[in-house]
Amino acid sequence: MEPVTREELKPARSGGILSERYRLFLYALPFLVLVFLFSYLPLYGWIYSLYNYRPGFKLSDTPFVGLQWFRSIFANPTQTAEVGRVMKNTIAMSSLGILTSVLPVAFAILLSEIKAMRFKKTVQILTTLPNFISWVLVYAIAFALFNVDNGLINKIMIGLGLQERGINYLATDNHTWLSMILWNTWKGLGWGAIMYIAAITSIDQELYDAAKVDGAGRFRMIWNITIPGIMPTYFVLLMLQIANFINNGMEQYFVFQNPINKDHIEVLDLYVYNAGMLGTNFSFATAVSMLKSLISIGLLLFANKLSKWVRGESII
Amino acid sequence: MRIRRSFGEISFHTLNYAFFILFTFLCVFPFYYLFINTISSNDLSARGLVTWYPKEIHFENYVQILKIKGLSQAAFISVARTVIGTAATVLCSAFLGYLFTKKKMWARSFWYRFMVVTMYFNAGIIPWFVIMMKLNMTNNFLAYILPTIVSPFFIILAKTFIESIPEVLQESAEIDGAGTLTVFWRIILPLIKPIAATIAIFAAVTQWNSFIDTVFLMTDQTYYTLQFVLYKYLNESNSLAAIIRSGGTANIDLSKMQTATSVRTTVSMIVVIPIMLVYPFFQRFFVKGIMIGAVKG
Repeated sequence: MEPVTREELKPARSGGILSERYRLFLYALPFLVLVFLFSYLPLYGWIYSLYNYRPGFKLSDTPFVGLQWFRSIFANPTQTAEVGRVMKNTIAMSSLGILTSVLPVAFAILLSEIKAMRFKKTVQILTTLPNFISWVLVYAIAFALFNVDNGLINKIMIGLGLQERGINYLATDNHTWLSMILWNTWKGLGWGAIMYIAAITSIDQELYDAAKVDGAGRFRMIWNITIPGIMPTYFVLLMLQIANFINNGMEQYFVFQNPINKDHIEVLDLYVYNAGMLGTNFSFATAVSMLKSLISIGLLLFANKLSKWVRGESII
Repeated sequence: MRIRRSFGEISFHTLNYAFFILFTFLCVFPFYYLFINTISSNDLSARGLVTWYPKEIHFENYVQILKIKGLSQAAFISVARTVIGTAATVLCSAFLGYLFTKKKMWARSFWYRFMVVTMYFNAGIIPWFVIMMKLNMTNNFLAYILPTIVSPFFIILAKTFIESIPEVLQESAEIDGAGTLTVFWRIILPLIKPIAATIAIFAAVTQWNSFIDTVFLMTDQTYYTLQFVLYKYLNESNSLAAIIRSGGTANIDLSKMQTATSVRTTVSMIVVIPIMLVYPFFQRFFVKGIMIGAVKG
């Protein structure tokens, strides 16, 4: 064992060349640089909306067009129609999302009425599983069940004599919104209920006992105790949903899209991808993308205000 | 009166149980259906004749599938990004979470907000893509790792947890002459295992399931992930047929010869099996993660 020197016994000094203040900052710096590169720097990409940019060219070699692309969203009839169609899909998907947000609440209330613990736990584990698989895999499942050649549903329908031949359920534009919200519900219902189940467990049991003494039935107790008990949770999640009203993501719609259902499945992000990455309208897509970001920040602030006003608590 | 009430009770419970049994069945059956198709005669499954139980069981597909060109590479990329990405995210979240508890840090609250606020805005996918291109992140494995390292939500989780650890532990180590890094490595890391596990499990599932980043950034097959390859197999039956033919499976009998269906279902199973193996054991971590997040808002 080495003898302990005087130097080592001294408490760590904050001195040295750098004071501790800056040393701590320097440790964090590399990570802050990553934040800057991947979250802030893309904002600089917004200037592409002011040019007529073509991928492969230098930005300085492409013509500066000012606000032409923003104006064309409202002035050019074809583009107005396109954006209108996409906005309609976006709003439809988000509205359906908000309408179905009561399903996890119902799921949680009904599950809490079940007293067999083992059954309850099993249901919970198995119904939350779909939340943790990717949308590609959801599509793989949809494909296995609904494809025209050997899909299970087609085989069953033909077997029962309800169909004469296979129907291509995936390549159809009938009920596109409905089928999207159904897949969404299949994937998210069990997981969405978890928060409410926890909220229900934390409700004071004495409230139920007192209500029982007063002769309240099951539905009275649900209506007067359980629902008010989980309202705060529901409200916060609803506000977040409003804040994300135009951010419905693109993964689900990307994997399910095909030339036939394109008209009803293209939500904003998917449209921006199709127009900018596959089409040639890079700068126009940037302009739409940018407007979308601005609107969604506005929605977030609005939802936050609303939350403060109603409950006195902010969501961000 | 009594009888009528208990009749209502019984029918409520029956309907309630029936609903949960039905929905649980809907959640589980698709996975079961994919699985029985991967272990049945390939000829029967291609004709859609395997519905409720496996027929002519064999496990050839799981051996054959890895011989398909590009698939083992994709599996390697998926595993690599999950392992490296998860390790990096967990370490960074713990470290930054720890640094942000240090009141002495220069302009601490500014930098904390600088990071947290990125949860609430994004520039949009096209501007993001342009910058990724400029940063040389296309056809580059690092594009799977670097952007995911700093994740504000996980850092908040770690920071909140570290703040609940008695400060005495750190102080006594500091008096003994341990520097910031030593305290982090020796004291903090071992103490935050529960929250680190929660972060790890979320980060791992996210990495394993990631798909869109490959769509945007990777054109070179070397960097394709399993998710992306599965997507391609589902959509491009022509290229799939070519891949199967190039596999050279001429001398195998019909029930074991690869078909489009067998390839699709087997790759799907390979993608979902890790999640299924991990999920039931770690479910409580998932639940804990979302709860802490909810409290924090």
